[in-house]
Amino acid sequence: MKSRLALLSATALLAACSSTPPGPEQGGAPVEERSPNARDINANPPVQQVLPDRAGNPLAALKDPNSILSKRSVFFDYDSYSIKEDARGLVEAHAKFLVANPSIKMLIQGNTDERGSREYNLALGQKRSDALKKALILLGARETQIESVSLGKEKPRNEGHDESAYSENRRADMLYTGEF
Amino acid sequence: MRNMLTQSATAAQRQIGKVWQFALACCLALMLPSLAQAELTIEITGAGANRIPVAIAKFEGEDALPKNITSIIRADLERTGLFNMIDAGSRPISENASLDFGSWKSSGADAVLTGSVVPVTGGKYEARFRLYDTARRAPLGGMIFLFSASQNRATAHRIADVVYEKLMGEPGVFSTRIAYVLKTGSRYELQVADADGQNAQAALTSTEPIISPAWSPDGSRLAYVSFEKKKPVIYVHSLATSRRDIVANFKGSNSAPAWSPDGTRIAVVLTKDGSSQLYSVNADGSGVQRIASSAGIDTEPSFSPDGAFIYFTSDRGGSPQLYRIPATGGEAQRISFEGNYNVTPRPAPDGKTLAYIARSSGNFQLSVLDLGSRQTQVLTDSHKDESPSFAPNGRMILYATEMGGRGVLAAVSSDGRVKQKLFVPAGDVREPAWGPLGKH
Repeated sequence: MKSRLALLSATALLAACSSTPPGPEQGGAPVEERSPNARDINANPPVQQVLPDRAGNPLAALKDPNSILSKRSVFFDYDSYSIKEDARGLVEAHAKFLVANPSIKMLIQGNTDERGSREYNLALGQKRSDALKKALILLGARETQIESVSLGKEKPRNEGHDESAYSENRRADMLYTGEF
Repeated sequence: MRNMLTQSATAAQRQIGKVWQFALACCLALMLPSLAQAELTIEITGAGANRIPVAIAKFEGEDALPKNITSIIRADLERTGLFNMIDAGSRPISENASLDFGSWKSSGADAVLTGSVVPVTGGKYEARFRLYDTARRAPLGGMIFLFSASQNRATAHRIADVVYEKLMGEPGVFSTRIAYVLKTGSRYELQVADADGQNAQAALTSTEPIISPAWSPDGSRLAYVSFEKKKPVIYVHSLATSRRDIVANFKGSNSAPAWSPDGTRIAVVLTKDGSSQLYSVNADGSGVQRIASSAGIDTEPSFSPDGAFIYFTSDRGGSPQLYRIPATGGEAQRISFEGNYNVTPRPAPDGKTLAYIARSSGNFQLSVLDLGSRQTQVLTDSHKDESPSFAPNGRMILYATEMGGRGVLAAVSSDGRVKQKLFVPAGDVREPAWGPLGKH
């Protein structure tokens, strides 16, 4: 019951924060009327664990190139650790997904460009992943669902040494259960 | 030098005739899993101001060995930039030969090394040697090493250490090892090599990055950060057995391990309670203690040689700067004040200076800070220096830099005069860590 309430309030918070109203498939968990006490001990795990979407598999959207959820990177300005306005839609979509699928976990990997010490960059990358984690939690995701870590400058997406490469490397990537 | 030579002579003479057997621990530690193909080669690009002229004569009977001992001794000494090799001719001179000091003196040699290699029972050899002071016409010291053919190179390094210590008055580091990470494509190898770049062997191979190797004070283990679990996790790796233990894998990132001088504690950076913060753990990962608290980043801890303080990098003042704090916690004190990017503080073995990386005009350069006078000195003219690591005698600082778009290792004397570049034929080399002096 407690987790159901948490889910409902998270959804309400998300709806309040969101600029686009949640679609029927993703928001508003179809909470069953059956009370926990009445549940058959042999019954399947509670339905709320995984909410079916159109395809019947919530994870499918994560890989669907037509879904915003297939986009997993949030980019940052130089020496900045705040999430830019143009990433808002993406962050909200992932927050909704986490709220709708509380059993699914996320690993956020923060990254930096190549300039400077490896360990200091590791700490800077952590600031980026922490910022994204905080935004997702504000939008309703649970703290226990998300782990924020840093890869520092160790895993550049673009191996180049100019500003366009650097801007691709200053990012936080979102990985879901099964991907890490 | 004269004074030192005189002082060390009598003590050294007492050691003549004493048979030394190598510490087993050192040799066992060399038996690592796989032998790497790529070896480091070292090029010297500078020299000390007052080089000591020394002649290393060919040892009698050394041709019986797989490797020429005296060539290795000469190369070791030359690489320091502190010695001027005087031609000793091609004729072997045994430790018992009587020397014509006048002619050695007039050839310019202040010191002459003579010796012999003699087979003994059990397939072993004895290397016997004496070092002479040509001005005083007297021996500075001599020893006998008992060794097997597999200890050929190691024996030469030990003799070079003795010569270095007699002439310089500080320990030689020719028998030490270095660790570094070699990246070839998407393959990462944590390698351990002799200080002259030979005998490189992979302690660990991974498809994910490995950073921040740190030697345990006894040289038997390396702590490092591996990303094999898709996040930074700290391991301690025993070189003799290849056994790996996780010492920190908390929620979030785990990085920047630094051993306490007594080897009992490891300072680490964890993000389990928020941003990157300093903690210490026992070498088995138990007993987690918070050392410092800040609202921003604290990282890159390094113990002072006496274990009393931890130097670290923090952005608590708005930009990354060097700080120190009592190792058990307390009030942090800012150490660096010039510029707006000073990172990776690494104290010298005598605790009097810090090596660190300073950014100026977009260049990241190895620098030293005198902790007494607070004076700073930039030691390189390169652009992307990283990860300074002092030799255990404090003479050289090993660091990573970039040349021609590739990661290479370089070393510079702490006075900036002697410079060395260490090359690997292919791949990027980074994250060097100079191991401790052996226990002989």
